[in-house]
Amino acid sequence: MSTPALSDRPGLIEARPVRHPWRWVAVAVIAVIAAMMVSSFVTNGRWDFSLSAQIMIQQPVIDGLVRGTILGTVGAMIIGVSLGILMAIMRLSDNVVLHGVASVYTWFFRAIPRYVLLVIIGSGIGYLYNTLDVGVPFGKQIAALFGMSSTLTFGTIDVNGLTGTIVGGILGLGLSEAAYMAEIARAGILSVDKGQSEAAQALGMPDGKAMLRIILPQAMRVIVPPTGNETIAMVKDTSLLIAIPVIAELNYQTGAIANRIFKIMPGLVASTVWYLIVCSVLMVGQYYLERHFGRGFGQKKPKDKRFARAAGMGGA
Amino acid sequence: MMTPAAQDPGATGRQIGMPLVHAVNVMKAFDGNQVLKGIDLDVRKGQVVCLLGPSGSGKTTFLRCINQLETIDGGRIWVDGELMGYEDRAGTLHRLTSKAVAAQRREIGMVFQRFNLFPHKTTLENIMEAPIQVKGEKKDQARERAIALLARVGLADKPSAYPAQLSGGQQQRVAIARALAMGPKLMLFDEPTSALDPELVGEVLAVMRELAKEGTTMIVVTHEMSFAREVADHVVFMDGGVVVEEGEPKSVINNPQHDRTKSFLRRMQSEPQALEHVPETLQEAMIADTKRHPQEAE
Repeated sequence: MSTPALSDRPGLIEARPVRHPWRWVAVAVIAVIAAMMVSSFVTNGRWDFSLSAQIMIQQPVIDGLVRGTILGTVGAMIIGVSLGILMAIMRLSDNVVLHGVASVYTWFFRAIPRYVLLVIIGSGIGYLYNTLDVGVPFGKQIAALFGMSSTLTFGTIDVNGLTGTIVGGILGLGLSEAAYMAEIARAGILSVDKGQSEAAQALGMPDGKAMLRIILPQAMRVIVPPTGNETIAMVKDTSLLIAIPVIAELNYQTGAIANRIFKIMPGLVASTVWYLIVCSVLMVGQYYLERHFGRGFGQKKPKDKRFARAAGMGGA
Repeated sequence: MMTPAAQDPGATGRQIGMPLVHAVNVMKAFDGNQVLKGIDLDVRKGQVVCLLGPSGSGKTTFLRCINQLETIDGGRIWVDGELMGYEDRAGTLHRLTSKAVAAQRREIGMVFQRFNLFPHKTTLENIMEAPIQVKGEKKDQARERAIALLARVGLADKPSAYPAQLSGGQQQRVAIARALAMGPKLMLFDEPTSALDPELVGEVLAVMRELAKEGTTMIVVTHEMSFAREVADHVVFMDGGVVVEEGEPKSVINNPQHDRTKSFLRRMQSEPQALEHVPETLQEAMIADTKRHPQEAE
């Protein structure tokens, strides 16, 4: 086949794009529905958005948002992520004892509904164990057996004072979260190529250090997106703190005000808007976290000449 | 089989007068599949030994046994007079703790077929990681040495590149620098050029050739016959988990005695992409590469 003369060769492409008429139809339908909604917001006085805005900025609501919802989320996720990663490492360990403990933990805490768990912690634990003695295991029995005057107890913790507060709530949500995080972290650790731990081993790195410095940072790339999901779910699950009962929490506080003035819907709108705001902020945070742990994995191809061999420039 | 001058495999403690690597009757099975059926190997200080053989012959497994990435079922391996993986207490072997095994590995550098660089760290951080974290070197000192090592493998201009931004040949050269940063007594290479595009093989082999010239003790599993012929002091041909033939490269490669060696070498020599000659220096490798691809030159 002969090569066509230079002037005959096709030049740059200027083609018409594919038309999408149905997209325009869809946009029109959505625009009409949106207009109807907005119109109802304005004309239907029961929405009462100005009241919602007022409820949002009431001091008890802000307090509940900060001390219950935000603090609860942060606390529960700190416990959940760190304990979850620990459980994942234990589950992947060769040590059968650690493996067993982690498996039972995950099995147990994944099976209990969070609401039930929080009721158990808030009401049940304090009823079963009023106080927690710190001392020698079975110290009282041993002391009785040998007729000692001491009970071998060094201190006593008031259990009710802890489980009935936000501390008990954070503990319950965190313990439950750790069971889910363990599975997420396990998937992340397993996603890291085996060659990475072998390279660390070959350099003489102890296992713990290899996990912390080589495996986990790479696993985080896989762990962070579902953890963002879990964090957002946790923001909403702090509304379960009422099971403890902890009332310094966003949804309870907006509800309390709304009930008092018989305006249920504006109260619910107020808490919905706050949840939207908090979750939006978290999504921005997640973006930066993903970018941090994604370093070195970018799609950026080097400007290396080996890769830049232009097509058609003729090889040897 | 070269026999070392003085040795007593049964005795405890460090062995004097033993070759740097002294492996006796090494055996290894995976799920009942006997991969190594009693390998003997001696490597003296400064020697370059190439392990040749068809895939599945056990050469990579044997290499991994030397630095304990695989535990052996039988036989013994000593590196610099130290029994690998076990402590001999009055004739009874006690498995070493993972900490002690890690300490033994510090003396042995390893380069993998698939590079295994840490993708979340830059080239400089890859090289500095082990000296700082394992040896407890000061950061400034480690950085200085890492920069020198990068220059030595011809990548002085890439200290802050991530591995994904480098070509395969460049990644493998960083991996060599990373292993050298621990100042190992012995370097293990597990098919270091098998995952590379043919045009990138030369630059890695050139770096290895320069290491050999500097007197680095190396055990190299490879399919590059030119490297075995030109750089190795001793070649070992393995097949089916045993050493079939070994000796000087000239005699084994040019005049093989066993049929299995002969048929393997015939197959290797008919490889169309085989490198004819290992570049003497990295510079030579780069010039050869530009000659092959003149359009890349500016």
